[in-house]
Amino acid sequence: MNELTELMQQAEVQLKTADTLTALDEVRVHYLGKKGLITGQLKQLGKLPPEERKGAGQEINKAKQSLAAAIDERKLALEEAALNERLQNERLDVTLPGRNIGSGSLHPVTRTAKRIEEIFMQLGFAVEVGPEIEDDYHNFTALNIPDHHPSRASHDTFYFDDGTLLRTHTSPVQIRTMENKEPPLRIIAPGRVYRCDSDVTHSPMFHQVEGLMVDKDVTFADLKGILDAFFKAFFEDDNFKTRFRPHYFPFTEPSAETDIQCVLCHGKGCKVCGNTGWIEVMGCGMVNPEVFKHVGIDPEKYTGFAFGFGIDRLAMLRYGIDDLRKLFDNDVRFLKQFA
Amino acid sequence: MKVSENWLREWVKLEASTDEIVHQLIMSGTELDAVEPVASDFTHVVVGQIKSIEAHPDADRLTVCQVDVGADELIQIVTNAKVHVDQKVPVAMIGAQLPEPDGKIFKIKKSKLRGVLSQGMFCGAETLGMGDTGEGLLEIPEDAPLGADLREVLDLDDVVLDLDATPNRADLLSVAGVARELGVIMQAPLTEWKKEVVEVTLEDSFPVNIECDDLCQRYAGRIVRGVDVKAKTPEWMVEKLRRSGIRSLGPVVDVTNFVMLELGQPMHGFDFDKLDGGIKVRNAQEGEKLVLLDGKEVSLRADTMVIADEKKALALAGIMGGNDSAVSDNTSNIYLESAFFVPNKIMGKARTYGLHTDSSHRFERGVSPDLQLEALDRATSLITSICGGGAGPVTDVIANDDLLKRDPIYFERFRIKRHLGIEVDNARVEDILTRLGCEVELAEDGWNITPPIFRFDLATPEDIVEEIARIYGYDNIPALLRPMEPRIALKPETQVREETLQDLLVARGYQEAITYSFVPPEVESLLSGMDKSEQIRLANPISEELSVMRSTLWSGLIPALDKNVKRQQSRVRFFETGLTFQKTDDAANNNLVQRKKMAGVITGPLYDEQWNVDTRSVDFYDLKGDVEALLGEAHGARFEFTPSDHPALHPGQSANIMLGETQVGVLGALHPAVEAKLDLDQVVFVFEVDMDLISKKELPCYRKLSPFPSIRRDLALLVNKGVEYASIIKSVESLGIAELIDSVIFDVYQGEHVDSDQKSLALGLIFQDFSRTLEEEEIGAYIEKVMSTLEKDVGAVLR
Repeated sequence: MNELTELMQQAEVQLKTADTLTALDEVRVHYLGKKGLITGQLKQLGKLPPEERKGAGQEINKAKQSLAAAIDERKLALEEAALNERLQNERLDVTLPGRNIGSGSLHPVTRTAKRIEEIFMQLGFAVEVGPEIEDDYHNFTALNIPDHHPSRASHDTFYFDDGTLLRTHTSPVQIRTMENKEPPLRIIAPGRVYRCDSDVTHSPMFHQVEGLMVDKDVTFADLKGILDAFFKAFFEDDNFKTRFRPHYFPFTEPSAETDIQCVLCHGKGCKVCGNTGWIEVMGCGMVNPEVFKHVGIDPEKYTGFAFGFGIDRLAMLRYGIDDLRKLFDNDVRFLKQFA
Repeated sequence: MKVSENWLREWVKLEASTDEIVHQLIMSGTELDAVEPVASDFTHVVVGQIKSIEAHPDADRLTVCQVDVGADELIQIVTNAKVHVDQKVPVAMIGAQLPEPDGKIFKIKKSKLRGVLSQGMFCGAETLGMGDTGEGLLEIPEDAPLGADLREVLDLDDVVLDLDATPNRADLLSVAGVARELGVIMQAPLTEWKKEVVEVTLEDSFPVNIECDDLCQRYAGRIVRGVDVKAKTPEWMVEKLRRSGIRSLGPVVDVTNFVMLELGQPMHGFDFDKLDGGIKVRNAQEGEKLVLLDGKEVSLRADTMVIADEKKALALAGIMGGNDSAVSDNTSNIYLESAFFVPNKIMGKARTYGLHTDSSHRFERGVSPDLQLEALDRATSLITSICGGGAGPVTDVIANDDLLKRDPIYFERFRIKRHLGIEVDNARVEDILTRLGCEVELAEDGWNITPPIFRFDLATPEDIVEEIARIYGYDNIPALLRPMEPRIALKPETQVREETLQDLLVARGYQEAITYSFVPPEVESLLSGMDKSEQIRLANPISEELSVMRSTLWSGLIPALDKNVKRQQSRVRFFETGLTFQKTDDAANNNLVQRKKMAGVITGPLYDEQWNVDTRSVDFYDLKGDVEALLGEAHGARFEFTPSDHPALHPGQSANIMLGETQVGVLGALHPAVEAKLDLDQVVFVFEVDMDLISKKELPCYRKLSPFPSIRRDLALLVNKGVEYASIIKSVESLGIAELIDSVIFDVYQGEHVDSDQKSLALGLIFQDFSRTLEEEEIGAYIEKVMSTLEKDVGAVLR
């Protein structure tokens, strides 16, 4: 018996000093393996008198179990220590930046145009496009702007030698669509337009969206409704205010200019809105019957409305850009702000 | 048109404040460019008179004045202004507050200037916020009482309204017209003026002959003799003109300008003694010369109407008078003209001579044809009261019997609801139209409406709808969200969408740029490789730098890239989508194609500098990878890259992108010579694709996956350096081995152990069958077949 106790004490000491899994396994083999010392004790049971065998066998088995449990425990501890050490070794500075292949950005004007298109598409409008080098007929005449009309003077048109021109608005798309499609129509036409004017507030090239709805009994109230809904959606504000003022355009009658509440001061009056609380953003109105006649739509059967506004201007208001020229300077430091 | 509020209030009785008037004008369709006080908010400035002037004892440029300001004692003021004894001057008294443009307030205190007491300050126009009228002190009317408040003397509690009437509203280009409009929109009574009666004291008249009666339909005139043109225009008129932005130029011109502002009738005064025979309104002879009032000689065209006499052209009708017949210092007899020209006949004529005058502005938009005699009498009586003289009888020639008649417009009631979406009751409709000056007569289902003679813009039922809406108030029309038929906006799945391509490039690190469509001819020529004669040139560009239309997006993108590189941004990746323009022989389309392209330009390091990525400069294959990703969107389309001879690109590093026989794009490194000419600091890689040509894609079509393992064999091939990878693949594919399902090129090597005229390619071939696992021998047989074909086709051997 003394021998077993001694063995167990030895084993305990070795167990404590075994600090690797290999060493631990050696301990296990040394005591509990086939030729292990404690296994050996069992083999020697036969040498004992029969009446002692049972008691001694139980003792040995108990010792064996207790040693096995101690080894397992030690093993778990060693494994955990090893894992902890590994984790410690693999520790990274997670505050360092990740590998970055870098993503770019859409131009703020494109970004705004997409947003505008998305809203109008939900209102049932389809997107139409057209040429930028236009003929006089589609840019002016068909829109009821005859030669020498005073409103041509405000259009500062770029011409080519053959009499064609760079479209001064996206309204020609309205004409081309009506020439080719039957009412009912709900379209918008975004795109580049050109005027030979360049200073702080004017760029010789800018972007417009033209909108058109033609159907039976389309009214001015419908026009107000669509635009009101659009601006509320665009500025994400259900209380956003718009205002319509009478105006004159040859292609619409009645015509209106639309003001939106100043997005900077929310209508209180500031430098941006010239202390009026309002910012003029678009022209609109009921399609003039003369325009319908040019495209072969019967004005006694259909009515319609049209509107047009600057995408660049909405982008500037939305993102707080104070200089139109920045939009076309293509400074990457500017563009990266719109990622 | 600029007009003072107080002048308007003389014509219409308004209780409303300035703000209210401005608001009502805006909401009824007249914009205001500005509302500006005629003077700053200064206080305590009075009329004084200089009694004596002495030199300052210690300062050469200062004088010491004793000034009578209507008080018991004179006050002493030290000044550097040029003044004379008895001059009436504006005096800012001690305690006066003078606001400055920056918002600060300058206070006048008792002070000593170089040791001499000064009890106030003389004021110039600028100091009083009355505009910059040059040097010197503000002029004061001779009869102004001493000590009187300058604000009252000069009627300075007034604002100038800068009205921007829309082009259809010619009737708003006069004080009378704006007052009439305010009367309608604010329901205010108009002032009733006594009719001007001109005493005709002369029998002299001058014959008038209208030859071109389609253009000029009324011409009225009269002679006024014995006019003193050196008489002084009264201060009140000078001031009214000034507030309307017109300088005083002598009494006759001042009066014609004044009547134009007041009534809206442009007028002209001729020196009668320079006229021969009679007035003739005729077309000019081609090439006829006329020196205008501005001193410039114009060569007239035959389509231009002139006012002439028996011998010569006198004036450009309705636009500008001539220099030779103008009123001068020596004039004593004048001929006054007051005419009506047909708006759409005179439209645009001034512009063809590079002119735009107050007169042409009004005639083009429409001057009422019933205004001529009233204006003529008003001007005559003002001139004779200022300059003396006697008037002759009026000669009034009307060339159109129906000139003063207006046709009624038949207006059906339903149109209001049809266009506006609201009902307006009959009484309201009639009230609105009557107040606007229309004659309204009930008719079946509506009214017959005869607009007033001065409203050229009222001719159709829609014009009437607009007037009703305008006066009823756009604010009072509800905003209704019109219900719509359910409709599905289809986006075809077989169409490559522009935004997908844009998003793809953005995800790959590109910034979208938007550059001008007009570009410098040199840059365009270099980057397109096309001769300048092929370019589409603007007739009226803003500058030479923005004078030709781009045929490639590179023409805008490359300069934009370069600008950024020169701003220390070495890594630039731009793309742009937009139309490009090229000449063609297709006359039906104006000899022009406008095609939508997408282009990209990249330069600098592949990645931004970072701590754990070894970066390097971008190369051809970086760009090609981006382009292949774009083209990959066109599922099912087989694009091929063939060496390109694009003149702007490096001949060894550029490729055309082909879809069958059609070139759909091009990519490559810029040609070093082009880079040098454009003064670029870094190597630039570029691509451009035609959006329409890459936009068709196929629906994905599912193929079953084989359950059997695939087997890969790697080949190390030696080929001549010039052999293209594409030809190797083509050769392999020509065998048509069904089990060869894929291949991968995983190394290209030149250098040690490979002859200098050769290269080594490592090609992995992947085999798989649908019904079984392939056997070693089968694969071996295929490889042998591949190798013998490759040897035959491209001279490849195993390394």
